[in-house]
Amino acid sequence: MAAPLVLGILVAVTVRAVLYRSSLAGFISERVEVASPLNAWKRVVEGLALLDLGVSPYSGDVFHETPLIIYLFHFLIEYSELVFMITDVLTAVALYLAVQDFNKVVFKKQKLLIELDRYASDVAELIRTPMEMHYIPLKVALFYLLNPYTVMSCVAKSTCAINNTVIAFFILATIKGSTLLSAIFLSIATYQSLYPLTLFAPALLYLLQRQFIPVKLKSKDFWLYTTQYAALYLCSLVVIVCLSFFLLNSWDFIPSVYGFILSVPDLTPNIGLFWYFFAEMFEHFSLFFVCVFQINVFFYTIPLAVKLKEHPIFFLFIQLAIISIFKSYPTVGDVALYMAFLPLWSHLYRCKFFVFDSSHPHPHSPWGTLNSNTTDVYCVTYTLYISLLQILLISDYFYAFLRREYYLTHGLYLTRKDGTEAMLVLK
Amino acid sequence: PHWVSGPEAEVQRMAWAVAAVLGLLLLLGSPGGCGGSPGPPRDSLREELLLSPLPSGDIAATFQFRARWDSELHREGVSHYRLFPKALGQLISKYLVRELHLSLTQGFWRTRTWGQPYLQAPAGAELWVWFQDSVTDVDKAWKELSNILSGIFCASLNFIDSTNTVTPTASFKPLGLANVTDHHLLRYAVLPREIVCTENLTPWKKLLPCSSKAGLAVLLKAERLFHTSYHSQAVHIRPICRDASCLSVSWELRQTLTVVFDTFSIGQGKRDWSLFKMFSRTVTEACPLASESKIYVDISSKTQENELLEVTPPPLSVHEASVQGDRRTYAVYDLLSPLLFNVSRSLNVQLKWKRPQDSLDLSTPVLHAQRYVSGYGLQTGEISTLIYNTHPYRAFPVILLETVPWYLRLYVHTLVITTKGKENKPSYIHYQPAQDRRRPHLLEMLIQLPANSVTKITIQFERALLKWTEYTPDPNHGFYVSPSVLSALVPSVLAMKAEDAEKSPLFTSLFPSADGSSYFVRLYTEPLLVNLPTPDFSMPYNVICLTCTVVAVCYGSFYNLLTRTFHVEEPSRGGLAKRLANIIRKVRGVPPL
Repeated sequence: MAAPLVLGILVAVTVRAVLYRSSLAGFISERVEVASPLNAWKRVVEGLALLDLGVSPYSGDVFHETPLIIYLFHFLIEYSELVFMITDVLTAVALYLAVQDFNKVVFKKQKLLIELDRYASDVAELIRTPMEMHYIPLKVALFYLLNPYTVMSCVAKSTCAINNTVIAFFILATIKGSTLLSAIFLSIATYQSLYPLTLFAPALLYLLQRQFIPVKLKSKDFWLYTTQYAALYLCSLVVIVCLSFFLLNSWDFIPSVYGFILSVPDLTPNIGLFWYFFAEMFEHFSLFFVCVFQINVFFYTIPLAVKLKEHPIFFLFIQLAIISIFKSYPTVGDVALYMAFLPLWSHLYRCKFFVFDSSHPHPHSPWGTLNSNTTDVYCVTYTLYISLLQILLISDYFYAFLRREYYLTHGLYLTRKDGTEAMLVLK
Repeated sequence: PHWVSGPEAEVQRMAWAVAAVLGLLLLLGSPGGCGGSPGPPRDSLREELLLSPLPSGDIAATFQFRARWDSELHREGVSHYRLFPKALGQLISKYLVRELHLSLTQGFWRTRTWGQPYLQAPAGAELWVWFQDSVTDVDKAWKELSNILSGIFCASLNFIDSTNTVTPTASFKPLGLANVTDHHLLRYAVLPREIVCTENLTPWKKLLPCSSKAGLAVLLKAERLFHTSYHSQAVHIRPICRDASCLSVSWELRQTLTVVFDTFSIGQGKRDWSLFKMFSRTVTEACPLASESKIYVDISSKTQENELLEVTPPPLSVHEASVQGDRRTYAVYDLLSPLLFNVSRSLNVQLKWKRPQDSLDLSTPVLHAQRYVSGYGLQTGEISTLIYNTHPYRAFPVILLETVPWYLRLYVHTLVITTKGKENKPSYIHYQPAQDRRRPHLLEMLIQLPANSVTKITIQFERALLKWTEYTPDPNHGFYVSPSVLSALVPSVLAMKAEDAEKSPLFTSLFPSADGSSYFVRLYTEPLLVNLPTPDFSMPYNVICLTCTVVAVCYGSFYNLLTRTFHVEEPSRGGLAKRLANIIRKVRGVPPL
C-alpha cells in the first residue's frame, strides 16, 4: 500500500511544482475563493514587511494570522513553496494513516456486532468487507492530494493548508487514541482558527469509545476522563497563547485574529454567506446577526453529539463540513478537507436520497472584471448556490448514514404487515 | 445765587479746587494706571495684491491681508479685539492653538504650465493645526476646533474625523515660532470632496478689518472670483517674534486668496489684463486701518530683451527681490502714497504686451509631481507618483506624505521606488497602517532626488467592499484620495539674502527661509478618484431573505434528521382528496392510488 501512496504523492508534488512555475500561480492567488483575508499569502508577506519596518503587524487591519505563522515564516519565507507542498503531503499521509487505523476499528466493531447478533438477517449486502475497505485509505489520501481545490489552495499559498495539516494530525492522534497529542493538536487548531473548538466533542466521544468508557452522565469514569481531556486541551491552549504573547510582547493579536474572526469587519467576497449579508445589513441589527451567524456554527454540536454518540468519526466529518460551510471566511481549502473524507462513506451510495456526485461547479468569479450590480448579484447567487450544494451534500450523507444504520438493525427488505414492500419515512 | 464771602467761603473754594485738581490728576493718571498695566496691544494691518502673468498667458492674482497683533493671547484674558478678528482670537485662546492653517481650494495649480506657486493648497479643504503642549486631549480639541471652524467658514469641516485625520511626523513642521515640536500635537486633515463657493468667501471676507468696503478687498467680488481656473482662499495663524530679540510673541493672521484667470474664458484669447477686466472693479482708496497697502506687478523679463510687458499707469517705484531662486522685478503701486490718486480717482492697473508672442519662455519649475491610479477591475489597483527634478546639477531630498483612506488597503511590501531605472531606497520611512473605519494609511518617506531625473513611486492596493450605508449617495462617482504632499528645500540658482520680514513684501515671507541657498516649497499632487465595488443597493431584503433561506435549509434538514427517526410507513386510509382521486381513476380505468 505504501507504493501507490508514494506514487500519488509524487504526482501531486509534480502537479504543484508545475503550477508554481507557470503564470497561473499569480492568477490563482488573486482568486477570492482561494484566498480570504484570514489566510491570503499576500497578507502574510505584508505582515512580515511591516515587522521589518518596525511596525507591529497587528497595528493595521491587513494581517490576521496568528503569531505562530509569523514565527514560522520568519525563517521559512524563502522556501514557502516547499513548505506548502510538504504540508499537503503531511496532511495526506496523516489522513492515510488515520483512515487505515479507523478501518481496522470499524471492521472489529462490525465483527463484534455480527457475533452479538445485533444485525438483521438479510443485510449481507450492507456488511463491509476488508476487500472493499482495502483501498479506502489510499482513496482518501489521493482525494485530498489531487483535489483541484487543494491544488489551487497550495499554489495560492493559502495558510489554510497549514490549518488542514494541524486538523489532520489531530484526527490521526485521536484515532490512534493518544489523549495528550489529540488535545495538543486540537488546541493548535483552535488557536489557528477558532472553529475547531467544536471538534472537541467528537474527539472526546471517540476517545471514550476507545477506552470503553460508556457515555453516561452519572458515570464517574466519564466525568474523570472528560475533565482530563478538557484540562489538557485548555492548558495547551493557554500555553500557546502565552507563547504568542512573548513573541511580540503584546496582546494585540487577540483582537486582530479572534476579534476579526468573530466580528467579521472585512467584507471581501468569499464563498461564505457572511460577506454579502453584512454588506446589506442595517446597522442596527448588525451585531444581532453576527451573533446569530456565529452561534449557528457552534450550535449543531450538542444535538449531533446526542444523535451520533455511537459514530464519533462520522460526527467529526459532519462537524468539519458545518465549520467549512458556515465559518466567517471559508475558502476552498476548507471544503477540500472534508471532501477528502467522502471515500470513507462511499458505502452509503445505496441509501442515498439524492444522487450527488459531489462534483461542484467549476469555480469562476466575474468579480474582478465588471462593475455593475448585476455582476454582483451573480456572484452572490453563485455563493449561495455553492453553500446550498454543500448543505444538501452533507444532509444527504447524513440521511444515508442513518438509513443504513436502520437497515442494519431492522433488515434491508422491509415489509409491511400485509407483505407488500414498505416505505421508510422520517417521522 | 450770591457768592458767599468770608472765611467759610475761602475754605469752601479751596476744597473745590483741591477736588478739581485731584479729579484731573486721576483722569490723567488712569491710563498710566496704578500697578503699571500697559495700554491695549498694538496691532497693524498690511494688505497687498500681487499680479503675476503666467507663462501660458493666464494671470494669477494673490491677495494677502496680514494682521499682526502684539498680544499674548494665551496668557492674558483678552477681550478687546481691533484688527484681529474676535472669532479667531477666541478660538486660539480656548483651544490653545499654536498654529492654524485652513485652506479652501477649487481647481488644481498646474505647476508645469504655470510655474512654481507661492503657496499651493490641495483641492478641497485642508486643515492642519499645531496645538500647545499644555493641551491634554488633542483629539478632542481637534474635533471641537474643526466643528467650530466649520461654522465660522460655512464649510463642511465637520466631516473631519478620525478616518481622515493623520499625525505626520516629518512634514508640516511649524511655520511660526516653535520651541517644542512633539509631532503628537499636530493634526492634519484634507477633505478632497469639499467645494468652495460664495458662501465660503463671505465669512472669509468678514474677517478682514475693512471687510470689502475699502482697500484691496473691494476687488473681491464673488461673481468674478469663482469664474477662474483656480481659486484658493486660506487663513494662516502663527506666532512670530515681536522684534529682533524675540523675547515676546506676536500673533500673525494672514488671509490669502489666490485666483488664476484663464486667458481663453475671461481674457477672450487676448493676453492683456487689467484690474477691471479681472475683477470688474477698480481700486479707489487704501483701507484706512492698514499701515501698508500695495499692489505688486511682476514685470520680470524672461527673455534677453527689455520689458515686453507694459504697465499703465506707470509705477511710482520698482522693487527687486529674489523669490524662489529667481531674480524678479516688481512694479509697485503704493495706495497710501498721495501721488497715486493725483491723476484719477480710481486705480486700474493695466498690463499690455508690447508685441504679440507666440510662446513665452516656459521655464520648467525645478520640482513638480504627478500622481495617477492604474490597474483594471474593481479588486486591485496601483497608485503611481512621478516626481521630477529638473535642476541640471543639484540633487535634493523631498519628503512625500501620502494619506490613503482605509478602504484602499495599501500593501507596503509592494512599494517600489525607481529612479532612472534603478531602485532608490528612501532614507526614512514612516508607515502607519490603516485600521478599518478608524484611521487612514499614513506613508511618509524621505527620498533623494538625483539631478535631472524622474522618480517613480508605486504602491499596490486592494479595494474593499463597504457596508451599504457607508457609501455616499452617488457611489459610482468614486471615492477621493487626498492629494499627496511634497515638501522640499529646493536649491536656488541665485543666492538670496535674508530680508527683514517687516519690510519685505508679504509674498516673500510666507515660509521661513533657513538660509539663502535654498527655498522651501510645498507641492500637492492631484487628488485621485477611485471606484469601489458596490453592492446592489436595491435589494437588502432579498439578500437577507435568500441567505436566511440557505441557513434555514441547513437547519431544517438537520432538525429533521436529528429529531426524527425512521419508521415503516403505515398505509393510511387516505383523506377525502385521495378518495375522490381514486374515484376518478376508477372511471378512467387507471389503478388506484
